[in-house]
Amino acid sequence: MTVELGHFALILALAVAAWQFAVPLVGAHNGYTSWMEQGRTAALIQLLLIAFSFAALTNAYVASDFSVLNVAENSHSAKPLLYKISGVWGNHEGSMLLWVLILALFGATVALFGNHLPATLRARVLGVQGAIGLAFLLFIVFASNPFLRLVPPPIQGQGLNPILQDPALAFHPPFLYGGYVGLSVSFAFAVAALLEGKVDGAWARWVRPWTLLSWALLTIGIAMGSWWAYYELGWGGFWFWDPVENASFMPWLVATALLHSAIVVEKRGALKIWTILLAILAFSLSLVGTFLVRSGILTSVHAFAVDPQRGLFILLILATFIGGSLSLFAWRAPSLKVGGLFAPISREGGLVLNNILLCTACAAVFIGTLYPLALETLTGDKISVGAPYFNLTFGPIILPLLLLMPMGPLLTWKRADAYAVMQRLWWAALIAIAMTLLVLVFTQRGPWLAPVGIAIGCWAIFGGLKDWMQKAGVGKVSLNTAWARFRGLPRAAHGAVLAHAGLGFVVIGVILLSVWKQELITVMKPGDTKSLAGYDITFLNEEPLKGANYDGVSGVFRVMQQNSEVATVKSEKRSFRPSNMPTTEVGLVQGFFGDVYIVMGDAMQDGRSVRISYNPLASWIWLGASIMFLGGLLSLTDRRLRIGVPAPPRPAPPAMALAKPAE
Amino acid sequence: MTRKQTRLTIILVSLALVAAAAGLILYAIRDTIVFFFTPSEVTEKHIAPGTRIRLGGLVEKGSLLKTNGTEVSFTVTDGSGIMKVRYNGQLPDLFREGQGVVAEGAQGTDGVFVADTVLAKHDENYMPKDVADKLKEKGVWQEGKGAGP
Repeated sequence: MTVELGHFALILALAVAAWQFAVPLVGAHNGYTSWMEQGRTAALIQLLLIAFSFAALTNAYVASDFSVLNVAENSHSAKPLLYKISGVWGNHEGSMLLWVLILALFGATVALFGNHLPATLRARVLGVQGAIGLAFLLFIVFASNPFLRLVPPPIQGQGLNPILQDPALAFHPPFLYGGYVGLSVSFAFAVAALLEGKVDGAWARWVRPWTLLSWALLTIGIAMGSWWAYYELGWGGFWFWDPVENASFMPWLVATALLHSAIVVEKRGALKIWTILLAILAFSLSLVGTFLVRSGILTSVHAFAVDPQRGLFILLILATFIGGSLSLFAWRAPSLKVGGLFAPISREGGLVLNNILLCTACAAVFIGTLYPLALETLTGDKISVGAPYFNLTFGPIILPLLLLMPMGPLLTWKRADAYAVMQRLWWAALIAIAMTLLVLVFTQRGPWLAPVGIAIGCWAIFGGLKDWMQKAGVGKVSLNTAWARFRGLPRAAHGAVLAHAGLGFVVIGVILLSVWKQELITVMKPGDTKSLAGYDITFLNEEPLKGANYDGVSGVFRVMQQNSEVATVKSEKRSFRPSNMPTTEVGLVQGFFGDVYIVMGDAMQDGRSVRISYNPLASWIWLGASIMFLGGLLSLTDRRLRIGVPAPPRPAPPAMALAKPAE
Repeated sequence: MTRKQTRLTIILVSLALVAAAAGLILYAIRDTIVFFFTPSEVTEKHIAPGTRIRLGGLVEKGSLLKTNGTEVSFTVTDGSGIMKVRYNGQLPDLFREGQGVVAEGAQGTDGVFVADTVLAKHDENYMPKDVADKLKEKGVWQEGKGAGP
């Protein structure tokens, strides 16, 4: 019964979405105040309906109601509760429902807290959100309905793909979708601004928190996915340049660019048209990502549904929104007023360069991701574009960005002195060079990329530190005053430092793990000991394994360093019920300076195949990403950006630029 | 600087960067892509030994051989051609005889394909799309049942 109610609520939500789409937009066009206000009511009702619908589906999962086709196909009664719940979005239909739930949540947030938005702008934003909701609800109800019944119901469900039964992966989709869908708000603001014909600093102040939120969620979502790939897939890598990974990375790159260009619109009133275009592109890439992952055009663990009808439907949504918004852009953008002047070497100039590099990097990823699809369609040749392509293109494009990053925040608006900036940063550069020399001295041989990676990472981290000290006035005023100033800095300033320094950690982790990794593939019998990177790894014994929904065998390994035990870990080979699908669990000893990573393989002629690797600084990747995420969140709580706190009515944007010269 | 000059600078810098990136992308695309073939195509198209390719097909039943060390060998077939593959490393969890597989590497001068990466399907119901398509072309694929004998 609840399932039918949930289904009914979903269909009602579809009707409400049509209402939320049409009424406020027509109202804003003709100046009907009451029509415009209906957008808010519709957005709130929308959230209630979809939330109910989602709760109904979750209930069916928790209760293991196998009369629901979706539950029968993707759940199993013996599954732990966490994975029953995460199973709701561990399949195509449920994940689309999560998508619209997050969309409705964000729409309702705009409706509830958008008191200070001009009425027409708010109505138009909600209208555009309604249109997106309408398209996806149509898709769910007609092509991916999770509420279809199954007659007769089976006694047991087919279970969730075992490699998805993992805590990090349980929360990876909600975060990633939060990011994808958050960009729909920036998109809605961009389209609404085009309809309004007006973009000003106040507009940018609204777009920034949404972009920031999306960016932070995408950052942590991608990091979780990569963490999962690292320890669950057991291949020892953390990023494979797989098309589905790229699908989430491309919106991230453009969202990063948007985040930076919106600052210029807010502070200086320049780059308006470009920022609008970026907002459109960022969400378009989210849609492209959804299409690539959900259409089944790519085969991977993400491609739940291989149904051409669905692919076509998503392609249609894609064409409508991307084509529609870009046409509107071409039509209306020339009428927008252009803003402030600036010299090429200035904060604005730096941010423009940041944007160009990020977008070029995104283009390189885009081409590498879609080229195989295009080539196969045109010539029938099947090719794969792998890591070598991306290392060769993405690396050199992003390198200048990383080198220039610490300088950006120290540039002044309008016109800056690059020489003066370098003077302030000299000691950060010195530390970076010193670290590089240290590495060269202690590792006589080795890839040249290692010292370069360390140099870039230190440059970013210490450059961030310098930015902090600069703003607090360390060295110019007494320490007490500096501390007081430091505490008085806007949170957005702390956020920026953390995000930039976090990226420094990620860069060091990524590069050193890639070039300094040591690996040993061997055959071991219980009692055997092997040495790698200063660790002695002993295969103690094999034990039978029994879990809630799997059986298997686990190999126990003792890891010693200089005759003292570091840890005893297990690497498991599991076989899941009911599918008999095998999975491998990695035996992982994590450390700040490196991980010991043990994978027990098949039985060979004389023992077990065992792969041991030492992954230096692996944890820095996720540490850095978490710092970036925290930086994003901290920025989001900045007084000036905080969503929902009544802000005094803002006059012209230039006043804002004067208020915070320290930034 | 006037607005015009600023704009011109930005446009010129962007163009230079985009041109450099485009050159890089074209170069990388030509040099790093890996073509996908089945065993019989390797023979038909006279793929020279040493060329890095992805070899796809079914693992022939009874062909998996484990040697003394960590090296394994198996035969990949597409129904009409076969090719022996040697691989030093751990096979993926879902590697099975009679199932689809993709091996990346190059053919040695002795005719044995030396793989450095072996990929198997991600779950029970799924066959690498490239393999499935090629097998359909060869007529080895039976809809609904997956691959034939």
